Parts: sequence; structure tokens; C-alpha cells
Amino acid sequence: MSTKEKGWREIPIAGVCTKSSIGFMTGDWKTYMPVRDLEKCTTCLTCVMLCPEGAIKWRPDMAKIEFDFSFCKGCGICANECPTKAITMKMPGEEE
Amino acid sequence: MKAKQETIPLNGDEAVALAVKQCDVDVVAAYPITPQTIIVEKYSEYVANGEVQTEFVCTESEHSAMTACLAAAVTGARTFTASASAGLALMHEMLFVTSGFRAPVVMAVANRALSAPLNIHGDQSDSMAERDSGWIHVYAENAQEAYDNIIQAFKIGEDIDVSLPVIVGLDGFTISHTLENVNVLDDQSIKQFIGERPFVMVTTQEGKTVPFKLDPANPMTLGPNALPNYYFEFKRQQEEGMRNALRKIQEVNSEYAKISGRNYGNGLIDAYELDDAEIAIVCVGSVAGTLKVIVDELRQEGMKVGVLRLRTFRPFPLEELRNALKEVKALAVMDKSMSFGGFGGAVFSEVRSALYEVNQRPTIVNYIFGLGGRDTNPHELRKIFEDLARIAKTGRAEMSVQYLGLRE
Repeated sequence: MSTKEKGWREIPIAGVCTKSSIGFMTGDWKTYMPVRDLEKCTTCLTCVMLCPEGAIKWRPDMAKIEFDFSFCKGCGICANECPTKAITMKMPGEEE
Repeated sequence: MKAKQETIPLNGDEAVALAVKQCDVDVVAAYPITPQTIIVEKYSEYVANGEVQTEFVCTESEHSAMTACLAAAVTGARTFTASASAGLALMHEMLFVTSGFRAPVVMAVANRALSAPLNIHGDQSDSMAERDSGWIHVYAENAQEAYDNIIQAFKIGEDIDVSLPVIVGLDGFTISHTLENVNVLDDQSIKQFIGERPFVMVTTQEGKTVPFKLDPANPMTLGPNALPNYYFEFKRQQEEGMRNALRKIQEVNSEYAKISGRNYGNGLIDAYELDDAEIAIVCVGSVAGTLKVIVDELRQEGMKVGVLRLRTFRPFPLEELRNALKEVKALAVMDKSMSFGGFGGAVFSEVRSALYEVNQRPTIVNYIFGLGGRDTNPHELRKIFEDLARIAKTGRAEMSVQYLGLRE
């Protein structure tokens, strides 16, 4: 066992976590990732509304949608619901 | 200082309800089940009459009742529930969650048999099945002790070195529904005795030291997941809470004796006529009352007999038990539950294991008794002592495990 890990006397009772959860990246273990085709995207924002993680952002400044891969879990709802099939799910490394 | 006391007739369940009322409990969440029903029934009357300030939550199941109690306890509330039999079994999952959260919920269990066949009567199968759930288990001998144990349970479980939930067992019907004269302390003395609930302190990310509880002013995550690299360490912490409880239970027992004049052995074991005993019986719960009467009779007849009642079953009082029984030649352990396919009952295997390292350990036999409320007569208990006298003489037992009062 790594020496960095603490013994039972040193860790807080019952695993209480007093750190803010803002720093927890919950999207770092996905299998598939969404890839957008900006040619087909009509910016209807259906994906933004349906993303269960709030991981798709509408960037009015760029008139584009943007994925936040720190929180996207790769569920594929966006790809499934996109009316113009502008989003496809791919394995990392197959994006192009 | 001695508290003012009043003697009133109460059954075990009513005695528990009254003790909870006097302990200034914030939340009671419960689901009715025989033979515990009178406890929450009586308590709901206190709530309806405005005699207590408790938030009373009627849940749709025992699983929800325990979940509600856990949730209330982690916000800092003093919390109580009661259950038995199938109800306790339905709580099973949440019992582990509650002890893992280190939430000091107190629960009265009016011990009852488990189905099938359906049976509402008393035995200890229900709480014995929760032996490893991480709860402290204290068993009462009578209604008086059920009352006293509830008051002590809050002080034991809430202690910051313990921080564990407590089951107070009382034998179904034998204690729960039997009217006794119970000496009741005045409200003020109990309030002073248990005091406000103390809290373990933890450090927030801003470096503030705050109480370990859910509070919007100091947000924290309780009950997160722990992966294989940390889960084991948290279980070891719980074990430490149990070990600290061994000391705390004894302290609370003697502090309580100061205000009430009543103590139960050293709090862990209640030894009766054991000092020079050559043969003895270990038991849990109400059967101890009858056994003590038999011991008095047999002592009159010149037999050196004694009884050891395990008042605390978890944490298991290993050292105390060993010291109390090391001179005994023949010992019987009584189990009011079965461990199917095991070597005798749960109490038997633990007591036998505890005495393994005693140099001249006694011959130890097991009697399974009283299942499904089967009555246990004084003459049957007397026969155990007669068996033991024979075993002590010969040094050997023909059968290690026997069933008392069973038809062949």
C-alpha cells in the first residue's frame, strides 16, 4: 500500500468529507464521448436542455454549443435526441 | 445526588416510552409491530397531548423508519425508534448504514420470533440476527431495567468516543407486556444525567472546527463512497468505537447508580452468586430473573451455583466474562435463538470461544430454549443445574447442544 494513504486513526470519522464537491470531476471515466458536426447543428439547443449533467453549454458569443468533458459521462442522450443528427458518440481517439 | 423517584405500575413497553419522553428526544420515526407497538402508541399519545416537543414521523415501512432516524440523527437530533422481528429484519440494510455513519440512534427491540411459521411471541432471533450490524446490544432483565437502559443508551451511544447506535433488547411479552412496579426518576434528574448531545469536531476546508453534523452553515458530505483503499480503515474506526463502549457502558452504569440506586453488575455482565460457584449458567434477558430464584433455592440446599447475565452482548465483554467464569467447573449457556447448522447458538459459540484460553476451562454445554414464546419453567431450569452438577463431577458432557422444553 502506498505510504501516502493514511491510517485509520488519521482519517475523519465515518468518511465525512468537508471539502467542496466543486472540484470533483465526475466525467473522467466515460467510454463514449459526443462529437458535434457544426455543419448539421441548427443550434436548436435540445441537447443543452436534455443533458442530465448540464455538461453542454450554449456559447452565444460563438453561436455554438460546447461540451464540458469534465462532467460529461458519455450517456449519449444528446446524440439520440438531436433532430439533425449533428452529434455522434465515438470512442476517444476516434473523434476525427 | 439521589434523584426523586416514584413507583408506578408499567409494562416494559410503557416503561420504555416513558424513558424516551424523559430523555428529551427530538425525533421519533417508527412503524408499528407486535410486541413493540405499545412503545410508539404510548409515545404518539405524548405527542398528541403536547407533553413532548418531538417530531413524530409515521413511515410506510421499517426500512423508511430507520432511514428517517438516520437522517434526523445526522442533523444533530436525538433520535429514537422501536421495532421487532420482521420489522427489524426489514431495517437490516439501514442498520449497517446507521452504524457506519456513526449516528447514535437508540432503538428498543421487543424481542420476537421470526416467521415462518408466523409467530408473534418472544425469542431473541431478531436482534441476534443483527449481531454484526455495528450496533451496541444491551438486553434488559425486566421492565425496570428496560426503563433504565433506554436512559443509559443515549448517554453511551452519544459519547464522542463511542458514537454508535444502540439496541435495547427487552423480551417480547415477558417484559414488553407484563405489568411491573417500576421506579421512575424525576424529569430534571434525567435531563441533567444525559445532558445535551455532544459532537465529534471536524475541520472544514476553510480550516474551521465545526460539529460533525449536517448544517447548511457548514456544508459537508456525509456517507460518501470509500473505495478499497479506505473502506477497511473506516470499519476499523467503528471497532474502536465499540472498544470505547466497553469502558463507557461501565461508567454510565455506575453514574446512573448514583442517582437511581440501581446498577446492573458492572454494566457489561451481571454476576449473581458467582464468587465461589462451581457450576453456572450464562444467559441473556428475562430468563435471568427465574434463574436467580433457582440459584437461591439451590444455595439453600448447599449447591455452589451462580448465574452470569450478559447484559451487554455487543461489544462482547471478553475479559470480564473470562474473569468471572475462570473458576467454574461446568457451565451452561442459554440461547433464545437458533443458528441453523452452527455449533449451538450465537451466545454459546462466543462464550465458549472466550473461555478457550482459560487454563482450566469449564466443560461448556448449550441449551436452546423458549423459541416462539415457549414457556420456560423453573423445574426445567433446575434440571440444567442438576445436569451441570453431574458434568462437573465427571468432567464430561454427553451432549454439547440440547433443546430445553422441546417435545421429541
